[in-house]
Amino acid sequence: MKAALSIMIFDENRIRASIIEEGLREAGHDQVVVLNDIVGLARQIEVISPDVIVIDIETPNRDMLEHLFQLTRSVRKPIAMFVDRSDSSSIEAAVEAGVSAYVVDGLKKERVKPILDMAVSRFKAFSRLQQELADAKSALEERKIIERAKGILMKSRKLSEDEAYALLRQTAMNEKKKLADIAQSVVMAAAILGS
Amino acid sequence: MSFIRTGIERSDGARLAMPAAIRSEGTRLVRAGFIPLVDASVLIAAAEFGFAAREGIQLDLVKDVSWANIRDRLAFRQFDIAHMLAPMPVASALGLGSNPSPVITPFSLGRGGNAITLSVQLYRRMQAKAGLTGHEDALANAKALKLVIEEMREKGEALPVLGMTYPFSSHNYELRYWLAAGGIHPDHDVKLVVVPPPMTSDALSAGAIDGFCVGAPWNMVAVARDVGRIVAVKEDIWPSSPEKVIGMRPEWAAQNPEILSRLLVALDRAAAWCDVSDNRSELGHVLAEPRYLDAPFDIVHRVLLGRFTTDPDGTDRTVPEYFSFHREGANFPWISQAQWIFSQMVRWGQVAYSPETSQQVSSAFRPDLYRHALGPRSDIPSDDLRIEGNATDDGFIDGAVFDPQRIAGYLQGFDIASLDTRSVAPNEI
Repeated sequence: MKAALSIMIFDENRIRASIIEEGLREAGHDQVVVLNDIVGLARQIEVISPDVIVIDIETPNRDMLEHLFQLTRSVRKPIAMFVDRSDSSSIEAAVEAGVSAYVVDGLKKERVKPILDMAVSRFKAFSRLQQELADAKSALEERKIIERAKGILMKSRKLSEDEAYALLRQTAMNEKKKLADIAQSVVMAAAILGS
Repeated sequence: MSFIRTGIERSDGARLAMPAAIRSEGTRLVRAGFIPLVDASVLIAAAEFGFAAREGIQLDLVKDVSWANIRDRLAFRQFDIAHMLAPMPVASALGLGSNPSPVITPFSLGRGGNAITLSVQLYRRMQAKAGLTGHEDALANAKALKLVIEEMREKGEALPVLGMTYPFSSHNYELRYWLAAGGIHPDHDVKLVVVPPPMTSDALSAGAIDGFCVGAPWNMVAVARDVGRIVAVKEDIWPSSPEKVIGMRPEWAAQNPEILSRLLVALDRAAAWCDVSDNRSELGHVLAEPRYLDAPFDIVHRVLLGRFTTDPDGTDRTVPEYFSFHREGANFPWISQAQWIFSQMVRWGQVAYSPETSQQVSSAFRPDLYRHALGPRSDIPSDDLRIEGNATDDGFIDGAVFDPQRIAGYLQGFDIASLDTRSVAPNEI
């Protein structure tokens, strides 16, 4: 029976870090440590001596880790994931997802790959969620601005709500623009003209 | 980032105009990673002011946050070329670092840009201890710091913590060189840590570090925020000291010889343009933008002109050559400079010395590619190596002279060093 791998996750985004942690625990890894803050990282690495460090590559603190590893004189000097580059597609996927890993030299790749694959898929799922959230937010903003434009037209042109909406839509079609953009112009014009 | 500024008219008839005609057929995409620093100017100018486009290259610049990312994304083919620290290709030639994949450089991005800043508090203590007036040179400042460190030792105080940017960086070697010139052992008398450049002011004001050596504009930013005092600039330590380079995978260079030559022509023209002081306001405006440095224009512009405020008390200093982007062969990748970097790696125990490792280093810098693309031209040196630091206006702070053929003897001349015990002893060579 192989010894359990000790895994450290360094991610300043707490939510994402906990999502990865959960995934690793579900997959049967029970030695997982999450760090969100660079303070004390050096000591933690020394104490825990992890086999794998999963790190978010959006953090500039990666260079600090490089320095730490350079100072380490032990044989357990970590290397960036799969330096032999034999699995370039999974490395590309990882870098694209924004995750990297340091692996203790000599650790079998078969043991590390599932961990990285897990981290990559969770990173991707997280950014997809963020995108959806951003989209939902902008959709809400658009709806609000259209409501305001309708209100302005109803008042200034004495239109019904349906007529105001139809006018906005017709104008958008004629101008080949988005409905929300036309609505934005109406709101802006009203603000400038003080109506 | 493909929009290109062209045809901007100058009323004062600047010596170098931006390219007018753009070669459109056969345009090739070159993806370039960079870190937001003033010394990325040549690369940014090549993309922004039409120099790359005129050579049929669409230069896509991608901002990154760490040198480790730059190294890995170049290795993993997300970038074709990258803005890199000059010691990075040397480190990879020696198999140092956590992902040492082959990188070469045919082009240096110019000289200058770094400085050493200490906390105002630490500097005031040096003034009190050594009677500094504020106008002393960098060596006097280092010696004053030594006096304060001795006092700290006697009183049992914590020794200064100093930040730099990366284990294989000009900043690491320059900071160590300056400290050692003042009699301070960088591995025993201070603690060196890595701090990402944009965080240096915060770290200084929070008391997490007592000083740092990083590139522009972060030293000036610390002074502007009343937390830092500039005590040395790169020129004080060694004016020709290599800084940033354009790095690439050797197989990319081999597979794209024509693109590479066109790229070097574009970078050469962009560098010449950046060197004209009349262009530096325009350059500063672009650099200051959020997609590049995201820093105040006023500070970026003053840094480009070498006009420093060194102390929050208003002390000024002008360093006219603070940035040399092109003049005097600033882009030529001297193999002797790769060897000097190697000598510092040996001096501080990052690698053991042997004539074989010294040989390996020479493959990282490629003056042959530079000459092939840009020569023959009278200002391009015909040698790949030279004695460094013996020109009158190009000396090292401690007066040492570097002969790339006699590295072992050079290293023997330093009282302060952390040589790896596996280094071949000089007398055995």
